Amino acid sequence: MAPAIELRGVTKRFLTPSGGVYTALRDLSLVVQPGEFCAVVGPTGCGKSTTLALISGLEPPSEGEVDVLGRPVTGIADGIGYMFQSDAVFPWKTVLENVAAGPRYHGLSNRDARLKARDWIARVGLAGFEDRYPYQLSGGMRKRVALAQSLINGPRILLMDEPFSALDVQTRSLMENELLGLWAASSASVVFVTHDLEEAISLSDRVFVITAGPGTVKSNYKVDLQRPRNVAEIRFEPRFVEIYQEIWNDLRDEVAVSYERQKRSGAA
Amino acid sequence: MNVRSAAARLSVPVSAPGRPVVDLAAQRAHDARRRQLTVQGLRVLTAVVWLGSWELTTRLGWVDKFFFAQPSEIAVKLWVWTTQGTELGPLWVQVVTTMEETVGGFVVGSLLGIVMGIALGRNRLLSDVLSPYIKGANAIPRVVVGALFAISLGLDIKSKVATAAILVFFVVFFNAFQGVREVDRNLVANARILGAGNRQLTTEIIIPSALSWIIASLHISFGLALVGAVVGELFGATAGLGELIYSAKNNFDADGVFAGMALLAAIALVAEILITALENRLIRWRPPVAVETRI
Repeated sequence: MAPAIELRGVTKRFLTPSGGVYTALRDLSLVVQPGEFCAVVGPTGCGKSTTLALISGLEPPSEGEVDVLGRPVTGIADGIGYMFQSDAVFPWKTVLENVAAGPRYHGLSNRDARLKARDWIARVGLAGFEDRYPYQLSGGMRKRVALAQSLINGPRILLMDEPFSALDVQTRSLMENELLGLWAASSASVVFVTHDLEEAISLSDRVFVITAGPGTVKSNYKVDLQRPRNVAEIRFEPRFVEIYQEIWNDLRDEVAVSYERQKRSGAA
Repeated sequence: MNVRSAAARLSVPVSAPGRPVVDLAAQRAHDARRRQLTVQGLRVLTAVVWLGSWELTTRLGWVDKFFFAQPSEIAVKLWVWTTQGTELGPLWVQVVTTMEETVGGFVVGSLLGIVMGIALGRNRLLSDVLSPYIKGANAIPRVVVGALFAISLGLDIKSKVATAAILVFFVVFFNAFQGVREVDRNLVANARILGAGNRQLTTEIIIPSALSWIIASLHISFGLALVGAVVGELFGATAGLGELIYSAKNNFDADGVFAGMALLAAIALVAEILITALENRLIRWRPPVAVETRI
């Protein structure tokens, strides 16, 4: 069976506004198996979000190859869900219209799309809020809308870019548990980008550590904790602590490099 | 946390040491009413002070009412116009004529502005090619074009509509264009990931997003349409408020000029109210402006 996602020797450069070239990723390779929940951790500015943009087809790589579901990525492909770091729900659509957007874009009739949307709104615990506009919801509720929005099309690949980083700690572990529940009921492969190692380990089967920019995969770790997990409690398990220490040893150096660089560019 | 529980929390009577228990919701409604009364009262007071001092200074002869008119005589003038008609015919004909020109120019100009703004905002090549022409055209004092229209389109409604439309067009165009350019890239990316095609992207993401910019420009442009219609009438017309003001000026009738201005201001105010109503209808999704409350 082909891997769900495969990046081979991928490099991504951007033109900076001043005309220079900024290398976000250099020679990055990683493989995600079907149904696997992978986390990508690394210091700020290491190109984690760029990796997701490449997998989704929003950005083409400068060098290297990206395969998704066994096919090279040439543009935005079907079967991908993407949860953005910032709020990306449509402010002028109600909760119902937001969630129904995906099925409608895929050619479902307005009626059927709404029917399907109601079901997903209930699944993420927002029943009764169908007619609200996003500004009338709390941050956590908007994240639920975004989650329903990206899951309703039944994606085989789910890309998540620090989706819960703006939430308070309690809401966050609640959302993480719900995400695990919804993921277990699907067969999707997940790439979850975060800078929070605790979140990465408690959610995933595999953790990729990315080096300070230009990013490349430094190492990857299998997380052999049993499922189903309770995110709020798993961090007290001895095995969790072991894994954490192991990965942190690796990540620490990269964080230090990135911090030094920021200090220098701040001083310059 | 939901809205209901927040409301429940707020309406719980609070007791503080040395302070009576008050119903905060009632207190706030009471404050809002009082503020509303204060605002209305101050508005009336402003009018009384302004018109009163004008009336007084002209009556005392400190200011020559031949040049600066007098509120009471302006009122009389309006009354005469309404009851006996103007030198150009019944007053309502003048009002309707100017309204037709203004609304026509407003509609034509803003539709063209919206369509062109969105088209150029979405198409990089088109906007790069046309931008020097548009910027150049925008630099011309456009009121002057009214003279050209008077020659080429004649002295009937067409030349006034065209003058009003060209004034409106540029304001709406630049706002629509900017609105399209300012669309949140995350929202576009999200829509594309969800499967939106180009047409859906335009109608469901780009246009709603640009709408707050466009509507903001409509507030200004109705006033501009009125300017266009009146200027068009000054270049030659047989009816309309601009023509009425022009003929009053020719008769050295300052009261008539001011009376015409008062009518124009009234039209602009009514239009502003209608546009605000339209705005509230179209942009229901925007959070209401935060009202300052003291608790």
